[in-house]
Amino acid sequence: MSTVSNKPSRAVSRSSVLLEFLGSMNLAITLLVTVAVASIIGTVLKQNEAYQNYIVKFGPFWFEAFKSLGLYDVYSAGWFLVILTFLVVSTSVCIYRNAPQMLRDMRSYRLNVQEQSLRAFHANHSWTLALPAAEVERRLSNVMRSKGYRMRRKDHGDHQVIAAMNGVVNRLGYIFTHTAIVTICIGGLLDGNLPLKLKEMSGQIKIESRDLPASQVPRESWLSVQNPSFRGSVTVPEGSTANIAFLQLRDGYLVQPLPFSIELKDFRIEHYESGQPKSFESDLIIHEPDQEPVTATIAVNHPLIHKGYAIYQSSFNDGGTHLDLNAWGFGRAQLEQQAFKSAVFEKLSVETAQGTMTLELDDFRLFNINPADEGSGKKFRNFGPNFTFKLRNAAGEAREFENYMLPVEFEGRRYFLSGVRDSVADPFFYLHVPADPKGSLERFMRFNALLQDTDRVAQIAQETTRQTFGEAQLEKPDLHKEVAATMQRLVALFTQGGFDAVAEQVEKTVPEAKRGMVLDAYIKVLRNILTALYFDLLTTEGVDVSAGVTESDSRFYDDSINALAVLSKYGSPFFLELKSFEHVQASGLQIARAPGQTVVYIGFALLIAGVFVMFYIHHRRLWFWLRETETGTELLFAGTGNREHRDFRLEFDQLIQVLDRQLRSG
Amino acid sequence: MSVTQQNILEQFDDRSLWQRLVWRDWVWALLVLAGAGYAYVHYVELMDGYEVAILAGTALSLIGLGWAWKPMQPLSLMVTVLSLGAIALYGTSLATAESNFFLKYLISSQSAIMWMSALYVLATATYFMALFARSDYTAKVASALTWSATTMGLVGLMVRWRESYLISADVGHIPVSNLYEVFILFSIITALLYLYYEGRYHTRALGGFVLLVISAAVGFLLWYTFDREAHTIQPLVPALQSYWMKIHVPANFIGYGAFALAAMVGFAYIFRHRQEQRPGGAANSRLPALELLDDVMYKSIALGFAFFTLATILGALWAAEAWGGYWSWDPKETWALIVWLNYAAWLHMRLTKGWRGTPMAWWAVVGLFVTLFAFLGVNMFLSGLHSYGEL
Repeated sequence: MSTVSNKPSRAVSRSSVLLEFLGSMNLAITLLVTVAVASIIGTVLKQNEAYQNYIVKFGPFWFEAFKSLGLYDVYSAGWFLVILTFLVVSTSVCIYRNAPQMLRDMRSYRLNVQEQSLRAFHANHSWTLALPAAEVERRLSNVMRSKGYRMRRKDHGDHQVIAAMNGVVNRLGYIFTHTAIVTICIGGLLDGNLPLKLKEMSGQIKIESRDLPASQVPRESWLSVQNPSFRGSVTVPEGSTANIAFLQLRDGYLVQPLPFSIELKDFRIEHYESGQPKSFESDLIIHEPDQEPVTATIAVNHPLIHKGYAIYQSSFNDGGTHLDLNAWGFGRAQLEQQAFKSAVFEKLSVETAQGTMTLELDDFRLFNINPADEGSGKKFRNFGPNFTFKLRNAAGEAREFENYMLPVEFEGRRYFLSGVRDSVADPFFYLHVPADPKGSLERFMRFNALLQDTDRVAQIAQETTRQTFGEAQLEKPDLHKEVAATMQRLVALFTQGGFDAVAEQVEKTVPEAKRGMVLDAYIKVLRNILTALYFDLLTTEGVDVSAGVTESDSRFYDDSINALAVLSKYGSPFFLELKSFEHVQASGLQIARAPGQTVVYIGFALLIAGVFVMFYIHHRRLWFWLRETETGTELLFAGTGNREHRDFRLEFDQLIQVLDRQLRSG
Repeated sequence: MSVTQQNILEQFDDRSLWQRLVWRDWVWALLVLAGAGYAYVHYVELMDGYEVAILAGTALSLIGLGWAWKPMQPLSLMVTVLSLGAIALYGTSLATAESNFFLKYLISSQSAIMWMSALYVLATATYFMALFARSDYTAKVASALTWSATTMGLVGLMVRWRESYLISADVGHIPVSNLYEVFILFSIITALLYLYYEGRYHTRALGGFVLLVISAAVGFLLWYTFDREAHTIQPLVPALQSYWMKIHVPANFIGYGAFALAAMVGFAYIFRHRQEQRPGGAANSRLPALELLDDVMYKSIALGFAFFTLATILGALWAAEAWGGYWSWDPKETWALIVWLNYAAWLHMRLTKGWRGTPMAWWAVVGLFVTLFAFLGVNMFLSGLHSYGEL
């Protein structure tokens, strides 16, 4: 970026015009602003997302338009790189044109300066002194030397010129900063993904977008092991080894083979009291053919540099925790349980009443720290382990579930929690299944099964009506049958859709004026039969209910009814219980090779040095023009600073004062 | 601008910085070294090599700063005394803040920050009052208020640092880790930069303008405290647990503070320029001459640019260590580049094209909005790796 301007151009050849243009200040400033504006695009529009997201966001027309402009990856778009190249070229031309002059300037004291030009300076002062010229020279040299000025002297015969300079390194500031920009850009280019883009455009490599195991990824999506620069990531489960990294690109990835393999011996994570991760680190062993294995521990902010490859701790994941599961079926008259073993990331096909479904086990979490209840004296409480899974039907629609392993206590009662949602954007809606006195799901599941057992429900319904109506049934023999039938129907409705189903039924069949009354009556009847069924359940369990039920059993009943009432919305034909697990963690590693880094860092050093030198060391030139006369010496003092008129003026005035004192003293 | 005999003597004092040091300056250096030595002896086993270097660097910079700008000495001493007082009152329990009068109402970090907030707003009003009333005395009061606010802000940060360790040793960290804390830092640094120029150019007329931006920051801080409870001390995520934070963040905020100062001086420049358009306006204006305003604006941008360059490079070095690459085109990084390019263009215009005057002043004002977006807008509207201070 030109610092010497308004020079009349002499040789008007075509190349010099081009140089003039490329090195011009106007172009430089235009480029600076253009790069800034272009950069904004990439921050406003999220970069490198899956193309599907952009189509949804912009519609097909604008999606194509933006795609052709390269807006989904602005910083490696052709036009952006062209602008950057122009900036580098412009800066280089500027250095080429101005650096030699500046370097000459640093050494040149300009001893042939004319008296007239000195008098034309803003900053000038003259003395007529009674001292001989040699003495004047001696005194002013002392002053200037004490101020850190370097001096040169030239005798012009009738007069002498002493030129002094200070802060010449300021000129280096220009050269450093501008060289730094070029250096940083070149280093950055070495590390950027330009070669990758070119290979992709020429069809040498193809981005893979399917979710495949690395071994099945076609060779055209593999990069060379010699690839000099890349940034990829890989997840390694504990006890496993990885010798590849994945480069995420737009809606897919490429596979980068490594010349060594990384074994994860151990992964450790620590948490704050609030459950946030405090630190995580991995013990790695690097295996290389014919070499001693290298062991190292990496943590966030503490990478391992191995032969030019940097291995960073970037994230953590589940590594396929082994799960012992137990599925409790809903919707059957018998208690059904099925125990099975699986692991996180496995997919199982399950036959259900709703057809074949896929059970996808997604994640496992050892801790779940939540804010504690007010007044418990603690800030946080741990809900214990949970796991998440999806149930996908044949049409591909999935519901996501989050089940806790242990019952969680709320206000003295314990529940098995199971969250459910239709989309990741929604919050979980939790089913609270009460835990029985043994801390298990069994009683609730038995209760649920009992409601489906139509024979038993019919039997209990008749018994209940008989007890309720007593002698009255003799007068209306059909009444109790009718009530019992209603009871059965209500229980069936309740199991299909909770209290809402009952209300809907009333709405459909009863005229509006009577609805409220009928619904109240129905709910009362339903509660009677549900209570009777619960008593029956307790009796089969061996609980003596003749004197009523205990408070905890009564609460269990309330909680069960609440859970049963919403069960139809739960959307899973079974409840998945986690019996035990074997925790396997995985460490997310980022692996990078950046040969340009050293070049960039040299640029950084130059830039910092240049900027500070440029702003805080000022280049000042001062001249003393002396002529010895018969009575003494005429002295002219003038100077100029390359910037900072104000500051220079202050320094100049100060120098005048000091010189005056020195030159006039006896 | 009031010029006293003292000012003139200072200006014509031709002795170098070394020669001008008096016994007080040496006492100052000894005190700082003693403090650093104490910290080193007591905490050396908790620090890594880089942190020891940062401690040494901080001590030397503080000595240098105190020598070059004398008011730093009483300010630092006051902050030290109050902070140590608060630490002593706390003892080993955070709960003391509720029972101890001084902590509760004065120097627990939250109270100190509230004092800082109130004093900055008061100072802003007082500076403007002084400007309208042309009262030197009122202006002096405004200066005193600004100094007090800065003292309380620094005490707030120091005590907050200690409080974080009182919560738990593993939670403890330097209070420059989230948006709430850096807003305090921003206010303090902007105020200190202003106070430096106030002393150097012997004019208090700019105080109101500069403190407007600080008052705005304070307004945000209060909203952030009361609406979002952002003042609670949070533990650090693993990525922030690094010595880099101790240098990257403060360097950045010297940059932001200087750019804010430049913008407000630019604002004053535009104001004064308008006044001069009217007959007799120049003589009547209470603001410093345009040349001086221009000078302060330039110096402030130059300082900001130098430190912002440094901070961005430090950030790149840190990113290389924490994220696996020195540059990721993360929105915060990209906006830092945009800010940098903007001021680079400004400086080129001024230094090589020699532009001066209202266009440059307007550009400095616009620059503040660009800076503001990099500093706040990115956290509000864009997502990325720098998601430490989400709104």
